Amino acid sequence: MNLNHVLWAVGLAILIALPFLAPPYFLHLVIQILIWAFIYTAWSLMGRFGFVSFGHGAFLGVGAYVPALLWNYYGLTPWLGIPLGVAGAVLLAIVVGYPCFRRRVVGHYFALVTLALSQVVLLSLVAARDITGGSLGFTQKAVGHSWYALQFPEKGYFYVIAVLLWLAGLAAWRSIDRGIGREALEAISEDEDAAAAVGIDVMRQKMRVTIVSAALTAVGGAIYGQYVMYLNPETVSGIAVSLQIVFAAIAGGVYSLLGPSVGSLLTLSLTEGLRVWFGTDYIGAANTIYGILLVLCIIFMPQGIVGSLQGMRRRGAIAKPLVTLDRQSATRRPSSAAQ
Amino acid sequence: MLTVEGLSKRFGGFLAVNQVSFDVRAGEILGLIGPNGSGKSTTFNLIAGNLRPSSGSIRLDGREIAGESAHVVCHQGVGRTFQIPRPFRKLSLLENVTLAAFYGEAGRISRLDAERRAVEALGMVGLPSDAAASTAGLGAAALKKLELARALATKPKLLLADESLGGLDRAEMERAADMLLDIRNRLGITIIWVEHIMGVLMRVVDRVIVLDHGEKIFEGKPGAAAADPRVTEVYLGKAQA
Repeated sequence: MNLNHVLWAVGLAILIALPFLAPPYFLHLVIQILIWAFIYTAWSLMGRFGFVSFGHGAFLGVGAYVPALLWNYYGLTPWLGIPLGVAGAVLLAIVVGYPCFRRRVVGHYFALVTLALSQVVLLSLVAARDITGGSLGFTQKAVGHSWYALQFPEKGYFYVIAVLLWLAGLAAWRSIDRGIGREALEAISEDEDAAAAVGIDVMRQKMRVTIVSAALTAVGGAIYGQYVMYLNPETVSGIAVSLQIVFAAIAGGVYSLLGPSVGSLLTLSLTEGLRVWFGTDYIGAANTIYGILLVLCIIFMPQGIVGSLQGMRRRGAIAKPLVTLDRQSATRRPSSAAQ
Repeated sequence: MLTVEGLSKRFGGFLAVNQVSFDVRAGEILGLIGPNGSGKSTTFNLIAGNLRPSSGSIRLDGREIAGESAHVVCHQGVGRTFQIPRPFRKLSLLENVTLAAFYGEAGRISRLDAERRAVEALGMVGLPSDAAASTAGLGAAALKKLELARALATKPKLLLADESLGGLDRAEMERAADMLLDIRNRLGITIIWVEHIMGVLMRVVDRVIVLDHGEKIFEGKPGAAAADPRVTEVYLGKAQA
């Protein structure tokens, strides 16, 4: 029983108690934080290996719009619509990822290609306004409480869904982190030729993590859509959302399990806090402060908030050997010392 | 075991490797030498699958491997080192080599077996194999050893050693040469050794091939190479100037 277990237990207890104690507005915030935390975690599956995608807005948009459109026009249940949306996002990931990886588009060029991708999806959604409602947005036909339509006016249901989703995202992150695949991807991110020379199928490894990341992001988009019951191209696709994903994940820390979640918690509470605080007094002030804080975070904590805190704790732990390090952080030490 | 026939590689208008043919016999150490820019490393990269040949054929035990991807060639039993060491710096020494053991077998072995094999390979080249040893602060000689350990961990039958031994002193070069000899003698691995300095190599190799401007100008015993007028002219002549 170490400190980590205690923290996890306390955290889960809070999550279980929350819907009984928290006022609806607060619960609404927490649900959003959890859904976005899941999306940021999905992004960081790729991002932590230096595959910085600015295209996740595209996967999010496809994941959100496909089930909503199928529901409104064909009455297709989201239980089928969501998998179809995910399949669409995966297809998109393959169509863009395969040529990128084949032609060794990496680093800044990869960022640019994916940036274009997210904008293509945004512009397509706006252009198809007869079907999608364009920039005015799109509202799913509401049928009240229904498992078939995956619609729940009571927040409690979506709270449970969001918690489960978030935990699934953490499990995905951890399973990649624990496997030898993580080391293979680290090797690839450093030197693709050297990785291939020891028998690593570079293409396959990169495709796999991209597909997982895109699919999870699409699931996040779909659940977000089902929850808010209103989609707008600007809020679920395009460059702005992609940037939001990248910044929040990096600010929280992409090298730690909880980094992206902390990024979600901080950015959303900050946005909400500043919005409530400033109200309509100084329009733009909230966004400016938000931007400045984010920049400071990224400059002074390149490992992210969680990464920096863990670094401090680890240094403390070496001084006090009573605290047992788990295996994971013990193997990390040489690599963080090398940086 | 390896048959190279009419191998050519063109980069735009520049013919880096021109109609090169040679055989490698099982169990030998073959030296591949030539001045800078003679096409040695390109030939290596063509065999290892890092580059696609413009024309020609490369057969490993009768199976065509020309144009295959690097990881496929590795799975076929060809290990390689790079001229400039390319360690994975975010990983420990053990992780570097474990990765090679695991993926060199296309993931068919368990992680534990891969780690065991990595410890063996690190021991063979004389590097520490405890989990904490990192690549930070390793010198040129140690990084070369890591390259070798990583290649050995993939269990090659043919080792392509790009050992342009620049950056090493005389004693380190001799040790590196002995290590290759040891690898051949103890593990029975066939070796092609690329080098641009003749001295140390000549003591160890069974046969030598000399390249100049992408063409093969000599093939034979090391002793005969030193006496060949063309080799002396393009190679040693330049080295003396």
